[in-house]
Amino acid sequence: MTKYIGKSVKRLEDKRFITGQGKYTDDIKLVNMAHAYILRSPYAHATINSIDTSEAKAMEGVVAIYTGADIPEAIAGVPCGWQVNFKNGDIMKEPPHPLLVRKKVRHVGDGVAIVIADSKAIAKDASELIDIDYDIHDAVTDPKAAAQAGAPLVHADVPSNTCFDWELGNPKEEVSAAMASAAHVTELEFANQRVVPNAIEPRSAIGHYDTAHDRYTLYTSTQNPHLTRLLMCAFVLGIPEHKVRVVGPDVGGGFGSKIFHYTEEALVTFFSKIVGRPIKWTADRSEAFLTDAHGRDHVTHAKMGFDADGKIVALQAYTYANMGAYLSTFAPAVPTYLHGTLLQGLYTTPKINVDVTATFTHTNAVDAYRGAGRPEATYLLERIIDLAALEMDMDPAELRLKNFIEPFDGVEQEGYVTQVALQYDSGNYAPVLNRALEMVGYEAFRKEQAAQSNGKLLGIGFSTYIEACGIAPSAVVGALGARAGLFESAQVTVQPTGKVSVYTGSHSHGQGHETTFAQVVADRMGIAIEDVEIIHGDSDRVAFGMGTYGSRSLAVGGSAIVKSVDKVLEKGAKIAAHLLEASPDDLDYADGKWTVRGTDKSVAFGDVSLTAYVPHNYPEGLEPGMDFSSFYDPTNFTYPFGAHVAIVEIDKETGAVKLKRFIAVDDVGNVINPMIVDGQIHGGLAQGIGQALHEGTVYDESGQLINGSYMDYCMPRADDLPSFEVDRTVTPCPHNPLGVKGAGEAGCIGSTPAVVNAVIDALWKGGFKVKDVPMPMTPERVWTAMQ
Amino acid sequence: MANNISITVNGKTHTGEVEARTLLVDYLREHLSLTGTHIGCDTSSCGACTVHVDGKAVKSCTMLAVQADGCEVTTVEGLSTNGSLHPIQEGFREEHGLQCGFCTPGMMMTATDLLKRNPNPTEHEIREALEGNFCRCTGYHNIVKSIQHAANKMNEATA
Repeated sequence: MTKYIGKSVKRLEDKRFITGQGKYTDDIKLVNMAHAYILRSPYAHATINSIDTSEAKAMEGVVAIYTGADIPEAIAGVPCGWQVNFKNGDIMKEPPHPLLVRKKVRHVGDGVAIVIADSKAIAKDASELIDIDYDIHDAVTDPKAAAQAGAPLVHADVPSNTCFDWELGNPKEEVSAAMASAAHVTELEFANQRVVPNAIEPRSAIGHYDTAHDRYTLYTSTQNPHLTRLLMCAFVLGIPEHKVRVVGPDVGGGFGSKIFHYTEEALVTFFSKIVGRPIKWTADRSEAFLTDAHGRDHVTHAKMGFDADGKIVALQAYTYANMGAYLSTFAPAVPTYLHGTLLQGLYTTPKINVDVTATFTHTNAVDAYRGAGRPEATYLLERIIDLAALEMDMDPAELRLKNFIEPFDGVEQEGYVTQVALQYDSGNYAPVLNRALEMVGYEAFRKEQAAQSNGKLLGIGFSTYIEACGIAPSAVVGALGARAGLFESAQVTVQPTGKVSVYTGSHSHGQGHETTFAQVVADRMGIAIEDVEIIHGDSDRVAFGMGTYGSRSLAVGGSAIVKSVDKVLEKGAKIAAHLLEASPDDLDYADGKWTVRGTDKSVAFGDVSLTAYVPHNYPEGLEPGMDFSSFYDPTNFTYPFGAHVAIVEIDKETGAVKLKRFIAVDDVGNVINPMIVDGQIHGGLAQGIGQALHEGTVYDESGQLINGSYMDYCMPRADDLPSFEVDRTVTPCPHNPLGVKGAGEAGCIGSTPAVVNAVIDALWKGGFKVKDVPMPMTPERVWTAMQ
Repeated sequence: MANNISITVNGKTHTGEVEARTLLVDYLREHLSLTGTHIGCDTSSCGACTVHVDGKAVKSCTMLAVQADGCEVTTVEGLSTNGSLHPIQEGFREEHGLQCGFCTPGMMMTATDLLKRNPNPTEHEIREALEGNFCRCTGYHNIVKSIQHAANKMNEATA
């Protein structure tokens, strides 16, 4: 029954995109629509003394201009969806994030006024006539500096700018004792720099109030329309949820940055009723740089201890995590439960302690960006273990193999219980690394490296990672501070003619759900894939959903679909049994028909569905119709893993790094569509490599983001990257019906440290024994390291 | 200030008034509702707005509509003819050259321009030709393969 599962079915959604018929939010035009421009603070930290909008308001074509003073007091701002407590039990500091600032701006890009006009050009022109008198104050942008005495305070009532401090794992004394017994300790201080997600579609939102039905519609470039609706209705605007429809139409990439509920969504919704016209706001790229939630931004000091044989005996990590000026929707979860919990990695480390201090700074908010905490955890572990191998003169692959957790399938063998609060589902780690070594031709490479003598330095870097995906069991995330459940829902409606409409709460913004989910449904029902339609992204069509992030769509959303499909087939069997005058227990279902076992008597799926809607000859007591909803709440996270290898060449004269090869062997559990999974890996790799070599924000001392455009922020381009060499192993997830683990973030999690380790390896083998070169590893930084 | 212009887009001539400051991309999207051409940045860096003007790939955010007066413009909506997909469109579908689809129209317009100039590009030449087009989803890997696929198809057709 696997006509589609496991096959590289070409994507069903592609036709509209390759013919220019995709419908992204900014493509939508509503009758009488007005356009908004948001005037933003040019200062990182300043007090607003006065705002004069009179001249701007007088401009022809301006509909209205509102400032913070026009927002009712009851609307405090956009909420945070995850609570982390201080070590002493106090609740984290959670200052309000206002829709428009009234008095004090806290980062460059903080919204000060919304200008609504007949066109975006008029709105922009008018914004230049708004006169604001600011008192400018000192700013702090570094997460560690923010916690030091004397640092400018972002919020007057948050001492030391500390949002929370947090600790996980074994007691520090136990870790210290183990560390003291180590034969070798490797220590590393580094920054995991701030990067910008940079979905190519800038965020966009249209608010529309319909007076006839007293109802709002918000079109928005979001990864989770239902969560946006819940947050905006219940926690921002106080509008009854059933009076709001949120549509996330085609969305041009998210990478985490479109999970969150943003101020602009609430602004266009709220003011659309007041001005009596639909209002569209679309970010310029420069606004996207200033306001799309950023990623990473950790400053870490870590120590790993080894015994004389190279076995890891202890890990201690201290991290300062930058929250930005305000808490974005999931920000507190990222450096804690998505980072600290992953510090077991693939290793048997017996003692682990992680200590995190999250601080506010005068910068844009930081939140989940592809991988969210897990890339930071992987970077920490994989940098330090590769450095340890260099320091101990051991082979980095052998050192990893020596420390890997033994295989366990999660069925016969229990899931592996970590020192940092998780139980892995299933894992078999040596094969991914061994396969990567085979693909790279490891021995031959080392010989080539030793013989290199052309003014270039060759290096190889490894990274073996694990991630927690399929986010996740509601009870677990609730215990960890989530203020929402993280199940998923799915409705399967069989039409009378046997065609199937599937409504999923997952949201596709490039992941290919319309194909992958259809493969699952078509195979399970034994029908043609053309007879299945996947519908997502509209709160009026899909009853409920939690959206797409944390590589959860197939593991959680797909499982919800499977549950509904199974309910359809269970009911179908009752109807088929009635039509065939047999017992449901005596029927087999295959290839789209029920057959009485051992006979040639059968009835097709389409006949059964028609009977369900034309129930003339029908089982007594059975409801008509064929329409089932399900909610699926998993019992655990899923744990994909993999091994990545980078080969780089450094030009000794210039410090320029050329990425020559990149090998990725990932295990994402069962695979529904290999083509799509490979594509997800490729994209993740490019982002992870981008962080290692090209990307990174630069804030100056006054808090200006001085590389906030594509002219200044180095995005990876086609000629910066090689073609990737990818393969996989398959270790099924034991606890979801599809055995899948998730593939969206893997590439981004494993790749960054592999590239950096390759550069460090090249430098060491060239005689430059540096412990770290800060990312992005620009030619200037690498050259400096060689001087 | 209004200006009268006449632009032929995908074979159809449009005549009308535009503001002098109207960018070609805004003219296509707002005046003609051809929303397949996208806007991804404000610095002519990302290439999402790439169209053909008189047969050459141009970033339509870098050109004023008035500058295109009298020109022939082709957008992604004009790539397929008589209902059959252009080989570049087939290539992107066959080789999974798109994920979110946002950069795709610009990528395809750049790629068709490349293949016109160089029907047999090497991987390196393809990657260099795509320098001005950002994709955040695919890591470019399958975009390169898509263009190679299209090149093969187009060469077969002319062989």
